[in-house]
Amino acid sequence: MPRRVVITGIGAVTPFGVGIDALWEGLCSGKSALGPIESFDATGFRSSLGAEVKDFKGRDFVPKTYRKAVKVMARDTKLAVAAAQCATEEAGLVTQGSSAHADDGAALTYTPDRVGCQIGAGLIAAEVPELAMAMATATEDGEFSYARWGTDDETGAGMDNLTPLWMLKYLPNMLACHVTIIHDAQGPSNTITCCEASGPLSIGESLRVIERGDADVCFSGGVESKLNPMGLLRLDLTGVLAHTNPGDEASSLVRPYDENATGTLVGEGGGILIVEGAEAAKARGARAICAIEGFGAGHTPASTDPERRAVGLEVAIEAALKEAEIGPEKIDAIVPQGAGHRHADATEEAALRRVFGDRLRDIPLVTVTPQIGTLAAGAGAIGVCVGAKCLEQQKLPARLHAGTPVDGLDAGAADARDADLEYVLVCTGAIGGQNAAIVLKRSAG
Amino acid sequence: MNAPGVSNVGRQRRVVITGMGWVTPLGFDVDSVWTKLLSGASAIGPVTHFPAETFRTNFAAEVKGFDLANFFAEPEPFRHAQRNSAYALAAAAMAWKQAGLGDAGKPGQINAGFTKGAGFDERRVGIYLGAGEGILNFDGYAKANLEAWDSDSRSVDFKRWAEEAYKRFDAHGETEQEPNMPVTHLAEAFGACGPAFNCMTACAASTQSVGEAFEILSRGDADIMLAGGAHSMIHPLGMTGFIRLTAMSTRRDEPSSASRPFDQTRDGFVMGEGAGILVLEDLEHALARGATPVAEVCGYGSSADAYRITDIQPDGKGAIAAMGEALEQAGIDPGATDENGRPLVHYISAHGTGTKENDSIETKAVKGLFGDNAGRIPFSSVKSMMGHLIQAAGAVELITCVQAIRTGFVPPTMNLRTPDPVCDLDYVPNQARDLADAGGVEVAMSNSFGFGGQNDTLVVRRYRG
Repeated sequence: MPRRVVITGIGAVTPFGVGIDALWEGLCSGKSALGPIESFDATGFRSSLGAEVKDFKGRDFVPKTYRKAVKVMARDTKLAVAAAQCATEEAGLVTQGSSAHADDGAALTYTPDRVGCQIGAGLIAAEVPELAMAMATATEDGEFSYARWGTDDETGAGMDNLTPLWMLKYLPNMLACHVTIIHDAQGPSNTITCCEASGPLSIGESLRVIERGDADVCFSGGVESKLNPMGLLRLDLTGVLAHTNPGDEASSLVRPYDENATGTLVGEGGGILIVEGAEAAKARGARAICAIEGFGAGHTPASTDPERRAVGLEVAIEAALKEAEIGPEKIDAIVPQGAGHRHADATEEAALRRVFGDRLRDIPLVTVTPQIGTLAAGAGAIGVCVGAKCLEQQKLPARLHAGTPVDGLDAGAADARDADLEYVLVCTGAIGGQNAAIVLKRSAG
Repeated sequence: MNAPGVSNVGRQRRVVITGMGWVTPLGFDVDSVWTKLLSGASAIGPVTHFPAETFRTNFAAEVKGFDLANFFAEPEPFRHAQRNSAYALAAAAMAWKQAGLGDAGKPGQINAGFTKGAGFDERRVGIYLGAGEGILNFDGYAKANLEAWDSDSRSVDFKRWAEEAYKRFDAHGETEQEPNMPVTHLAEAFGACGPAFNCMTACAASTQSVGEAFEILSRGDADIMLAGGAHSMIHPLGMTGFIRLTAMSTRRDEPSSASRPFDQTRDGFVMGEGAGILVLEDLEHALARGATPVAEVCGYGSSADAYRITDIQPDGKGAIAAMGEALEQAGIDPGATDENGRPLVHYISAHGTGTKENDSIETKAVKGLFGDNAGRIPFSSVKSMMGHLIQAAGAVELITCVQAIRTGFVPPTMNLRTPDPVCDLDYVPNQARDLADAGGVEVAMSNSFGFGGQNDTLVVRRYRG
């Protein structure tokens, strides 16, 4: 029998704040973290509302001995490092990066080669001011000059105005690399870059790594911040963002599964979970928040027909259900992507209908985008964090919805409520067509 | 490394390579590029993709004369594909054709090969790439940045920036930069609806993609996986980044011999570009449809240095872990020899970038793992000829391992004229070697180590039924 796998820690950094409690309380409160973007002047952008992680200082979550490295971390990496730190603490995992180890000399929970790391990431945009400043030194007649950029002279112009480690800040694998260095995680290590699906695909891979015995525990999830000028522009040009006007109420703009939805809004952050072999977790007395019972992945066919496009997510969900050895009737709640833009939503609706049939109307869909927007490569990971929390709390968070979801979906506005949950399905489809599905099960104890 | 009692859980199926394709600076066809590699050809010359004359490194190994229409009868759906995706599509088309699955070069023939005994099941065909990101519209970006830069306050007016950027950037150009786009294009081209992933572990990415695709097939979650990588960083910011890191050779007066892995005078890597894609297949599935396995994938290891962002762990600990895990999975004892006293691994394709640090530490790691056998295993770097294909490097180099198995020749490390005392293994210097008399190549290993410390190793062996 393959080894069973559980989640023992959840680290979330979201627009509701640092930590899973901040996210869960925020979601249950029915408030939205969406509002005007404040970290830069976004008023020139067609979409200028979003959900920011406010008052966040990366260095607060980095062990003292590693603080020097913060200056080469992009915001995505800082958010990931903080999420990993939170997850470690919740799981009671002692690593080289734990204060319990550094300050009190607590023994490591696992030898470093048994600790893996699969963290999904996005395309990290270079910071505009840093490049603009350097580029401004390399002009000729007011135009950018490649010749001067090359810095082949003594004028002090060009690329040498960038710090030598400039590029290292923006490599997507730096989220995982900094986490592995801080926690001395020397086991299998990967960085999956499939936009919104990056997190669940990473968690699925961690499941496999542990199942086949290549690690005992993994840092696993996905984090991204597109809350910067280049990221926002890029996301807008891909066509997924709602265009905003002065005075718009941000949370009422994002309407998952609504025929009249105009798009989503940008968020930032993500989740990193501690994914651990069930036996090993039990042996060390760790609490299993929930079990990962099944995982599946599939690719959306290129088509203008949502029914046809649904095949990719359907393949993923069916594989996850099969591995969990359950039928769709066992699923008590679904944490879908619920992006709030029609193309993605229509695909998702069609896939869920194909799998769940008429019963779909009775399964609550846990949508978070009206509260935190899209977290890009962090989106699906947050889905898993929320799904796990629903099972742990036996509760569904509040759901915001200013419009009307299409018929046959339990996705309209609702208060937070208690629920009897045994199995929760988390599913995410990326812009671009990669889909992942994960079946989570209530922990026995 | 497997924990006691759980060895090879879920790894019940054998996985073979049934097709290979690449787009390299030395050409596109597997056999003709192989001939060039054995002859020691260099693909390195001045950068032509953009004006790089004054750059401290102004040379690279560029792909020349490439046209997607030579590989796809119907290239229209991929008209917005950037270099990374276009190279991936072409390499995949070649691999697909070699695997006998169908011919993208002929209209309507992409899945024609599935008729023999095994019909095309789109849900059982997956993709796992280690493809790199697309290329920023640099001129538009520079323009927007300069327009919005206020030299007095030394800050950017983002309102102004947005105005300029919206004028200069378009949806296709921005969407194509997302690193999942090569997977998206391949899924469309070949009709794959099975498990699909892209990973970006820097220079290790496509080795990792083949390894994880191998695991997916071993577990029975797909019948066929397209795996490999595609990347081009021969663009202004890509070159800038590596120049600032001082990771690239600056030998501007002799570019064709600038890539000098393991040589004492090495001064950094030379940038390349391209793609390597393999068709990996469940052995039973391959045999059922009458396909010919070209080699078997038998070991994969992944590790992290967990050391420093800028430096490799000095003892090669991470590299040893990845190699050791791959060999263990392949059931090969690195210290053992066969009845003729020959080590059980017959060729190692080095990561061998030509940086001071990589080459000495990789050497130390190979010695650390193979002990006395290390010096008796040919261990060469094709980066000496075609440069470093970054995320595509691992898959391209794995194909060279399979070619070594098929032909019995191993490619040389060119430009190795001045031995380095800390690089004292058999790098097959300057001349390809015929291993026929030694018994050919049965088992080969390929190393890839990424910036930031992610390490991956694959082991392939001759397919025997």
